[in-house]
Amino acid sequence: MPDTWFTFVAITVAKSAILLGVLLGIVAYTVWLERKVVGHIQNRWGPTRVGPFGLLQPLADGVKLLLKEDIGLSGVDRPLYILAPILALGLALTSISVIPIGESFTVRGVPVQMQIADVNIALLVLLGVTSIGVYGIALAGWSSNSKYSLLGALRACAQMVSYELSLGLSLVGVLILTGSLSLRAIVNHQGEWPWQWNIIAGGQAVAFFIYLAAAFAETNRIPFDLPEGETELVAGYHTEYSSMKFAMFFMAEYTNMVTVACVATTVFLGGWHGPVFGPAPLQAVLPLFWFLLKVLFFLFLYIWVRGTLPRFRYDQLMAFGWKVLLPLAIANVLITSFVVAVGT
Amino acid sequence: MLHQVLFFFFAAVCVAGALNLLFQRHPINSALSLIVVMGSLAVLYLLLGAEFVAAIQVIVYAGAIMVLFIFVIMLLNAGEEEHAGGSRVAAVLGYPAVALLVGLAAWSVVRSSGSAGLKLGGFVGSTEGIGYLLFRGFLLPFEVTSVLILIAIMGAVVLARKED
Repeated sequence: MPDTWFTFVAITVAKSAILLGVLLGIVAYTVWLERKVVGHIQNRWGPTRVGPFGLLQPLADGVKLLLKEDIGLSGVDRPLYILAPILALGLALTSISVIPIGESFTVRGVPVQMQIADVNIALLVLLGVTSIGVYGIALAGWSSNSKYSLLGALRACAQMVSYELSLGLSLVGVLILTGSLSLRAIVNHQGEWPWQWNIIAGGQAVAFFIYLAAAFAETNRIPFDLPEGETELVAGYHTEYSSMKFAMFFMAEYTNMVTVACVATTVFLGGWHGPVFGPAPLQAVLPLFWFLLKVLFFLFLYIWVRGTLPRFRYDQLMAFGWKVLLPLAIANVLITSFVVAVGT
Repeated sequence: MLHQVLFFFFAAVCVAGALNLLFQRHPINSALSLIVVMGSLAVLYLLLGAEFVAAIQVIVYAGAIMVLFIFVIMLLNAGEEEHAGGSRVAAVLGYPAVALLVGLAAWSVVRSSGSAGLKLGGFVGSTEGIGYLLFRGFLLPFEVTSVLILIAIMGAVVLARKED
């Protein structure tokens, strides 16, 4: 008994460490990718100086942010001012733990899942962590004791509460089809070819669009980046943050992007499923490759949209959330449940 | 064993959060303490095996409702509260009432301790089970409650509407 306990704890710790390392690496290189792609969209080169193709730029940025002066402000509510970035980054990193990235395999008789925690309410855990994540931004804006920060935080609160509804409801269609809240079950429900994925086979294309729009709003990305709209609010909720504390908000935003991409991949695009062929070693690696490719597609989409679309006006944001996305999401739930009810 | 340790830890966090809620002077600190209480309650539900209720507790209470609390506090820019000396009625009626409540709770716990009561992790509150309960056994109360909430929303809209 103690032996299995030890193996379980050791495997979980190892998995967490590996996933955390990979995740932060992906986050760092998403920033690089964003600077490169947005640069090319705007007919510039993006970073080119540090390393080949500017590939070492994330490292240089990290060192710079670590060494920068952490400006101590006198007017802030210090405990909450420090808690806010920790909360934002901590919760962003937590949510990756329930996402399955591949089939399970066995090492020396012990089953190893390509997932830190296979809980059967995984999707609810994700929504819960997302809904708590608002506090990082809200507290940052409030504790900074600055009007720009406060305005940014107020916008973030209203926006995230509004779009959370559509985000949750857009996933309900898939849940009805699968009959489970477990992300692993949702992936296993889908086949290996693109037309067997939920977005086509389940008729969830509309839900996919709703999820995408709501997810952009939840992660405060353009065209929904009003909480940090730099042309009107300096930098919004993180105006008063400097050095590593600012970097933590930055990392939290990109980690959330990766999580959203992972969830969209898992729920709508068949997770790690894809055509598997060739010799055994290739077969073992291909699912992971498909998963990463789909996630990368979403990250690219994020950057592409950022380079293309202007920001919403605040009333447009609210009208879009409540008058377009929410009714669409409810209609999708109704139609999906009707089809499932007639089909069985 | 692990269940017991977790239960007592989060029960203590819950009580500490509730006390902190009362003793803090700033409304935002009180609201944050309330979030801690909600979160530890969710863990207690989880320990009982009611995973769906735990998740909903976090999403709805700790996530949505408390965000609105914080939102309002930030919007009003509420400052520190002054503590009043306390009213005489509260002193005379409050302490006996608290003693009575604690006594009742303790009595009911002691009385039912021998029987097969709730066990930590003992029963399964699955999503499916709760769905069946809500849409089969308690369909009417469930729907009536939702209409009640709708009426409350409409009331708020009517009250907040500007006169033409």
